[in-house]
Amino acid sequence: MDWPTFIQSISNAVILGSIYATVAVGLALAFGVMQMANFAHGEFFMAGAYVVYVFYAIGGMPFPAAVLSAFPIVAALGIVTERFIFRPTRGNVLAGFMATAGVAFVLQVIVGQVWGVGLMRSVPTPYMGAAEILGAKVSWQRLLILPATVTMVGGLWFFLHKVRLGKGLRACAQDVEAASLQGININKMTALSMAISGGFAGIAGALMAPINAVTPYMGHSIIVTAFIVVIVGGMASIEGSILAAFILGFIHTFVTTIFDAVLATMVGVAFMAVILVVKPSGLLGRARV
Amino acid sequence: MKYLAALAGLAGFILLPHFIGEYYVEIMILFMINLILASSFRLITTVGDWSLSHIVFMGVGAYTTALLAKYLGWPFWGTVLIGGMASAAVGLAVVFPLLRTKGFGFFIGSFALGEFIRLIWVKFHFPFGGPRGMIGIPSIELGDIDFYEATPYYYLVFIFTVLCQVVLYRIDLSRTGRVLKAIYADEDLSKCIGINVARYRAMAFSVSAFFAGIAGVLLAHRLGAIDPKNFDVNTMVYLVIWVVVGGVGTFWGPIIGVAIMMVIGEAARPLAEWRPLLFGGILIVFLTLLPGGLENLILRFKEMLEKLRSAGESQPAE
Repeated sequence: MDWPTFIQSISNAVILGSIYATVAVGLALAFGVMQMANFAHGEFFMAGAYVVYVFYAIGGMPFPAAVLSAFPIVAALGIVTERFIFRPTRGNVLAGFMATAGVAFVLQVIVGQVWGVGLMRSVPTPYMGAAEILGAKVSWQRLLILPATVTMVGGLWFFLHKVRLGKGLRACAQDVEAASLQGININKMTALSMAISGGFAGIAGALMAPINAVTPYMGHSIIVTAFIVVIVGGMASIEGSILAAFILGFIHTFVTTIFDAVLATMVGVAFMAVILVVKPSGLLGRARV
Repeated sequence: MKYLAALAGLAGFILLPHFIGEYYVEIMILFMINLILASSFRLITTVGDWSLSHIVFMGVGAYTTALLAKYLGWPFWGTVLIGGMASAAVGLAVVFPLLRTKGFGFFIGSFALGEFIRLIWVKFHFPFGGPRGMIGIPSIELGDIDFYEATPYYYLVFIFTVLCQVVLYRIDLSRTGRVLKAIYADEDLSKCIGINVARYRAMAFSVSAFFAGIAGVLLAHRLGAIDPKNFDVNTMVYLVIWVVVGGVGTFWGPIIGVAIMMVIGEAARPLAEWRPLLFGGILIVFLTLLPGGLENLILRFKEMLEKLRSAGESQPAE
């Protein structure tokens, strides 16, 4: 691997890690608050991409506005999923997880039937050109993901540690019963965590829409990676999932560059299996999965 | 009475191909293969582990028989056992690291390891054929009987299905089956009375992989071609739907589930691309509103009937 390829791979890995982080943080948050394992998280990502496709590529809305509107729309999906899937199956992680696999089917079919299956929807790139970093070329479109991720993760940290509502979420994650004894409304907290979780997945999908192929099934590859990330990081740990996101981003980019994409996925799942066996609580997690 | 019903059922199955069209014979072949798959899946769930890799073990059996039959020319009668045993061996290797996990961790971990095996098939063009899979798997021969035809194959699968179901049923009733349920009910207590929990969990996983492998062998020789997509997580979700709809509390749950869902699947054929929505909806409804599946519904219905009956009997006495 020569020097420019190396630099290029590093920058690709950082961008990929950022996307993984945005997706996985939401997954970890929902799991942390009330053991909600959302199989449809990848479809939330896909829904975010379709928001950009509909509002920006078809509707002619400015790109930033389209990306921002993905947040409330997909957050609403998250709230609906919490109310009708996770609340009735509370206390049974597997049932919630499998039921959201049903949600994934439902969303795929609806999106596929409304906007078509076969052909990929092309979303024109709003920001042409590329930045040069130490000889590596990174398109502005990709580079944009980095500040977006930093802003979102920073915002989430601020919300969880400085805002009363966010502190409630963390209290819930630590001990549900104790939190409800303090007068925290648990149902409100689970709905809130799913809203944030969905919103994050939506923004990630929206940002990737001009880069990825937008299809009803695009969530499938992201959900596999996202679960690998949160398992490696520690199912309920937000810090862990960010760390794991960048580790996986580097592994995936470098193995793909040197060998091929299939092997990269194999290394990813093998890494997750090793973590499950050696440290079932994940890199930074406290409790076992 | 019970035996009579069973005999009538068997006779019905034996006579069936003569009354239905070839298309439905093919459907029945798939139905019976799926029965082996679903009933063997239940074996793992009786110990409390839900696996997301069961379909991959079907693939191990299918690929084993395809390789042996295609490249070495081995007859089906040898490869069917080897396929099952290969699947059981891979199952043992997979479950060994998974024994440290439970519940959700087991579910997602089994998915990871299953996906790893599946990606091996995708990655290596030789001998597995890569993403496009293997074609030209020879059909089964025995004397003059041509198993390429649907009806002879139907009887072949029927014999294997009955054998597998009987063995699985015996396991369920045996001491081993009860030990598995004891582990599910209370793992710590089971350990206290001297049950080797890890060993029984591993055994349940491996044995159920054996049967999934046999189902895979039967599938491979019927389809004549297999590819890694046959055994991906999407297909696995359908297996989960069958089992969730039927329930896993009794031996009959998964059987009811496969039967009902395959009938619905056939009936919903005109819906074409809308079908996954129907299946997803059914999965959601059963998990959120009808936990325990249809078997639970039937049991509750029976209880209600008995309550009504006893109420009716006690009234005149008063």
